[in-house]
Amino acid sequence: MISPPARPPAAPVPPPPGRASQVRQKYLTAALLVLPFVALYLLFLIYPTLRVLQLSFTNADLSGNGAYVGVQNYTRLFGEPTFWTALLNTLLFILLTAVPNTLIGLGLALLILRLNRLKNLVLAAFFLPYVLPVSVVTNVWNWVLDSNFGLFNFLTGSTVTWFQDPVWALPSVAFVTIWWTVGFNILLFIAGLRNISPEIYEAAALDGAAGWRLFWSITWPNLWPVTSLILLLQLIAQFKIFDQIYLLTQGGPFDKTLVLLLYAYREGFQQQHGGYSSTIGVVLMAVILLVSAIQFRLLNRGERS
Amino acid sequence: MTSSPPLAPAVAATRPPLTLRRRLSRLPGAVVTFLTVLLAGAWVFPLYWAFITSLKPENDTVALPPKLWPETIDFSAYTYIFQNSPVVRWYLNSVVSSLVITVLVLLLSMLCAYALSQINFRGRRWLYWLILAGFMIPFQASLIPLFILVNKLGLVNDVMGLILPQLAAPVAVVIYKQFFDQIPSELGDAARIDGASEARVLFSIFLPLNWSITFSLAIVTFIAAWNNFLWPFIVMNDTAKLTIPVGITQVQSAYGVAYAKTMATAVTAAVPTIFAYLIFQRRVTEGVMATAGLKG
Repeated sequence: MISPPARPPAAPVPPPPGRASQVRQKYLTAALLVLPFVALYLLFLIYPTLRVLQLSFTNADLSGNGAYVGVQNYTRLFGEPTFWTALLNTLLFILLTAVPNTLIGLGLALLILRLNRLKNLVLAAFFLPYVLPVSVVTNVWNWVLDSNFGLFNFLTGSTVTWFQDPVWALPSVAFVTIWWTVGFNILLFIAGLRNISPEIYEAAALDGAAGWRLFWSITWPNLWPVTSLILLLQLIAQFKIFDQIYLLTQGGPFDKTLVLLLYAYREGFQQQHGGYSSTIGVVLMAVILLVSAIQFRLLNRGERS
Repeated sequence: MTSSPPLAPAVAATRPPLTLRRRLSRLPGAVVTFLTVLLAGAWVFPLYWAFITSLKPENDTVALPPKLWPETIDFSAYTYIFQNSPVVRWYLNSVVSSLVITVLVLLLSMLCAYALSQINFRGRRWLYWLILAGFMIPFQASLIPLFILVNKLGLVNDVMGLILPQLAAPVAVVIYKQFFDQIPSELGDAARIDGASEARVLFSIFLPLNWSITFSLAIVTFIAAWNNFLWPFIVMNDTAKLTIPVGITQVQSAYGVAYAKTMATAVTAAVPTIFAYLIFQRRVTEGVMATAGLKG
């Protein structure tokens, strides 16, 4: 041990504070440290989350004034064909993005990990779109997929108006979404693949496993915690889809790309139906909380093991 | 690197020249590598194409066949948007709000996480659970009450209305708490016995030990704040007050079909995040992993 540096003669020590005042001091410090964040958190996240539930039982406008109307909004919502269209489109969009985005992410991660010198460069190429603002992404693809002057239609000879076509609009937005976000999945998969101990592979190789056999018997089962995490993150993210749809198709043509959040936006911010829009929000919240609860359990299990 | 290639170059070099058969056995691997690189090129090609388009005179953008590189570099699209749209103003709005959000998110999260991790007060477990619950809550579902609240506070169209709701995210608190929990308690106790205040313990012991994660969090928070679309789009209505990702969507509709100008605004809006990523690639990776709940 190094002896402490010589100190100046001790200043008169204040009388030791009482235990009660020490405890008070501790609580005061804790409150001061916690308060700025917790106040904002309660005001801007927790309070609106509870208020949306209350608003869904009113006919409020965007100023928040309205009368209690019971479950009227809910009966209207479940009897409204547009709601079912939006729900169906949302599920279709999840189908077109969540699973493909996960599988493409895994495939690209496997391809990238076998590279040597080019590894970082190739990873950067796939990840780069992920750091772009959504409006940049949609501007770029509006140009590349332009029906008259776009590069894609020039190269393929196609004349499809990708984002205005009733059949192609939703798959086109899904494709743009995958292009934009797959880099995130690649990162998680690379981390997951690196965490699989090399000894398992060596043991399997000694037993004569190779190629696809090795992938299915070692990689896939060992990677499953990461794969399921990515699938659930995708599920939640795509359920809340709004930005790309709003910017590329506005929900058209003929509501073919109308999704839940866009429906809520239309009803709430364009029609001033605050109460009814809140009802859509509650449905959105309920589904996401359900999926999140599953994810939380999976994550906790992963941490324990 | 943990994995070594099947044929280490050093080993191959000491061996006699490869037979034709061995060369052929390497071929599939080389083909896969080539295709991977080709795909990576295709992946970034739209960005290259947007950039090149922004450097063409407007008439050349729709010329057939398309020119894959500009014959002359022409900045007229850029000078046009800088002179005829509030791009500079939007840029300033984005820079200021993103920087303020980044600094405040880190500071408030750090303070809160420090108390949760180091001060043993009653109800801290309960408080931590409340904050963890925020992970599951989608703010998008309660956009209406959030807007009503911000409107009642008189903050619609106000930079405070833009910033404050973005500070309510629990991610950084949870990450900081996990990192602070790993610091041996003796370190803090020793300083406290010497009379250091909690603020001093945090800023002269805990923060310096966590510069790395702080830096990574700062970069991903900045990128996320810069890119944020939905809330800025809802809360800001005056053209002069928009952030750049929202602003450029207005330019596009104002120009009609003017691809060089549209691409010039897109490139301008993307420059900060692209550079942040290219310069701090490792940090961005670390930050993204941390926020996804996996430590890289």
